[in-house]
Amino acid sequence: MSSESDAPVLMPAKRRVAHLAMLAGAVGIVILAYANVGLALEGSVPAGMLTYGAGLGGLVLIAYLVLAKWAPWADPLILPLVTLVNGLGLVMIYRIEEAGGNDASAATQLFWTAAGIVMFSGTLIALRDHRMLQRLTYTAGALGLLLLIAPLLPFIGHENFGARIWINIAGFTLQPAEFAKLALAIFFAGYLVAKRDVLALAGRRLLFIDLPRVRDLGPVLITWGISVGILVLQRDLGTSLLMFGLFVMMIYVATQRTSWVLIGLLLFVGGAAIAGMIFSHVGDRFDVWLDASNPIYYDRTFGGSAQLMGGLFGMGTGGILGTGLGQGHPNSIPLSFSDFIFAATGEELGLTGLMALLLVYGLIVQRGMRTALAARDPFSKLLAGGLSFVLAWQVFIIVGGVTRLIPLTGLVTPFMSQGGSALLANWILIALLVRMSDSARRPPPQAIQDEGLTQVFSR
Amino acid sequence: MNGTLKRAAVACMLMFALLMLNVNYIQVIQAEDLRTDSRNNRNFYARYDVERGRITAGDKVLAESVRNKGSQSHLFAFTRRYPEAETYAHVTGFFAPENETEIERAHNTLLNGTHPDLLIRRGIDLLNSQQSKGANVDLTIMPKAQEAAYKALAQSGKRGAVVAMNPKTGAILALVSLPSYDPNKLSEPNKENVNKASKVYEKDKGSPLLNRAINQSYPPGSTFKVVTAAAFLEKDDSRGAQTQVEAPTRLALPGTNISLPNSGNSACGSGQVSLVYALEVSCNTPFGKIGLDLGYDAMNEQMQKFGAGEELEIPMKVSGSSIGKKEDDPAAIAMTSIGQRSTTMTPLQMAMVAAGIANNGVVMKPYLVNEIADSEGTEIEKADPDELSTAVTEDTARKLREMMVSVVNNGTARLAQIPGVQVGGKTGTAETSGGRAPHAWFISFAGASVDEPEVAVSVIVESGSAGTEASGGQTAAPIAKAVMSAVLGR
Repeated sequence: MSSESDAPVLMPAKRRVAHLAMLAGAVGIVILAYANVGLALEGSVPAGMLTYGAGLGGLVLIAYLVLAKWAPWADPLILPLVTLVNGLGLVMIYRIEEAGGNDASAATQLFWTAAGIVMFSGTLIALRDHRMLQRLTYTAGALGLLLLIAPLLPFIGHENFGARIWINIAGFTLQPAEFAKLALAIFFAGYLVAKRDVLALAGRRLLFIDLPRVRDLGPVLITWGISVGILVLQRDLGTSLLMFGLFVMMIYVATQRTSWVLIGLLLFVGGAAIAGMIFSHVGDRFDVWLDASNPIYYDRTFGGSAQLMGGLFGMGTGGILGTGLGQGHPNSIPLSFSDFIFAATGEELGLTGLMALLLVYGLIVQRGMRTALAARDPFSKLLAGGLSFVLAWQVFIIVGGVTRLIPLTGLVTPFMSQGGSALLANWILIALLVRMSDSARRPPPQAIQDEGLTQVFSR
Repeated sequence: MNGTLKRAAVACMLMFALLMLNVNYIQVIQAEDLRTDSRNNRNFYARYDVERGRITAGDKVLAESVRNKGSQSHLFAFTRRYPEAETYAHVTGFFAPENETEIERAHNTLLNGTHPDLLIRRGIDLLNSQQSKGANVDLTIMPKAQEAAYKALAQSGKRGAVVAMNPKTGAILALVSLPSYDPNKLSEPNKENVNKASKVYEKDKGSPLLNRAINQSYPPGSTFKVVTAAAFLEKDDSRGAQTQVEAPTRLALPGTNISLPNSGNSACGSGQVSLVYALEVSCNTPFGKIGLDLGYDAMNEQMQKFGAGEELEIPMKVSGSSIGKKEDDPAAIAMTSIGQRSTTMTPLQMAMVAAGIANNGVVMKPYLVNEIADSEGTEIEKADPDELSTAVTEDTARKLREMMVSVVNNGTARLAQIPGVQVGGKTGTAETSGGRAPHAWFISFAGASVDEPEVAVSVIVESGSAGTEASGGQTAAPIAKAVMSAVLGR
């Protein structure tokens, strides 16, 4: 045995106490926010506070214990951050429900949060090694496609608010695109790990970019076709943008060729421009985006800017410090409990609250990206990177939409918007990240015998 | 692969940076515009967020904010209620989602607590973490008089107005305009309902939303003869009630071939009568002649001295009253002097004429607000009676009072007599254009002593609303009597 192996090995710490303390902090903030709403609205601490608090605390404790047992080396920051965002979403939905938002239901959301945490725990327990997902590459691909087209199928497909993006199964209404996002991320990761050399190396150089071979363009074109198909058939610009962005990002990371990004962007912009010209509802979005406060668009019954402006009015009224929880009128923002929950939060928590919220999202994404960087195998790198990116990308699309940074497309604000499918899917996403984080941070097995000059390289 | 992953991570951070910049732009730079945008409903909700102060008249609550219960209570914390509804509608006004009127408007910032004078109160409330309330406004209105006026005028569906004042201070004791409306209907926190209700009121031919007492002017008819008499007496100290004036059956008007008759084409005495007789019987020709002799400028000056042409705020803005522009036609002033032609007066202005005469010639500035106090009762504003102008000398005022008492005792206004009280008055039956039924007017004062009347009243009953035979003496005088009795407690 060499003297070197006796030296202490620099190991990632488990930080269990810090982890638990941060979780308690997150739950504490949520409970205080909950009490705040009750005090502002009724002048007393809400009656259900202990039940809600204990419920959320208990659920999170279960998640923590599962994590400590089955993924002890996982990043200790991810779970507290997600708990905080999920809890704040719950408080906002509770607050909007109390103010008479008819479609908002905090109890339902709490139920789905519980289901989400159960899924999180279940995924961690069942999936001991995420690399087994690599074997399911094409299964995941097929499942993803099926989920994407499911809303178009007769009987189970379901149209709502002019977009056909829901399915009805056993009395539950699901938004399958949220699950498709996971399946496709797994498929892309598996597919690209297998094909990346071909995609990266074959081709010729034209002017200043490396063009891939035409036959290698196949998957890109297929994905593009599916995205445009969703856009046309389901009128769901958001999901289309989400899927296509995910694919472009993953192919770029896998092949390290900027040309893919350019090709992807050109294809998407071209597709969107054509769609904008052909389909009035896409064109409307652009008009509204460019000139939202114009009364012509504001007063338009269909595809008008009243929703968007409603959110902006709320945020403007909130200003820097916000009106305070329970003291604004977020319920007068259309869809304040789902698509516009970010604007509703902005009204009551102000710029201060939104900056903090965006930072929390940013931190979750960066912890995911760190996991990708630290991962030991290319599949994990791609999957962790893809899942982190899709989270950031989704926040960007919906938050950018409601704040008029980009045209508004309907998407779920991860962990905040009311809706079961999204909560389940995103908790599974977090479980996958945690699983990969655990394996990335787990100390490598110590060599039993001196292997001499033999060295293992990892890419 | 780490190189591209790092770049992707940077791209994610850039996206968040863009979102943060944009949120800063919206909530800091654009915030003010978004907040004040007329389409932002929050301005509308904010109206109902504060507990507005009460409007009271003595012990009677005329308007108050009541905390809402039920499903609407999160949008609208308070609703404005008017327990007395129609009776005080033209005093309190209403508090609609997008506007307000009368006292609610004139003292809006005090009632909602944003007035600078309430800064200290707001500071104390903030320290005690209490929700600030608006200031309470107490009015000079005397509920008994207001109710008597409303009841007397409302009988048999008359349209018109009543104003009663304390001549010594200018405090308005009653202010009624009919038809009236229910301010509760216009103050609901529901734009749709309010718009519907206000459409109904706007379409109503009786214009219930119009405050006739201060915002509508009418030809004053014979009540204006008091002003003409005042100008006549002011011209020469030696003139008095018994001064003989020319009273032809018809007064030839210079520069025209028409002549001015008396009411009903009757004669007025024997062509030469005393001033008091002319006033008692309300002959037209003597006053037409006086007007012709005095000329436009003297008449206009006299009317200005009674307060016409002043921009009055009681605190609501009062419409102007005047005898019209000077005309080239020299005969016009004869018509003006008997309250016709382009002479138009608000009921409040005519009450000020009566009050000025009652108060030894001094017209007090009319006011409606007695006291404003913050939610804890600390006084912010207290009415301070103020002279507006001196209309006539004490001597003239005494002569006019005596003549007006004579009108009630011996003349056209016998129905205004109150046993044991000195009542002076002047009736008016003003012709309206197009041969329609006349407006019935009455101005009066009353008190235990003729030298110190305690109340001055002006009543108008609009054309047609009390039958075609309406006249000042028959229709308007009894209403004034009811109000004066209520004020004097008789």
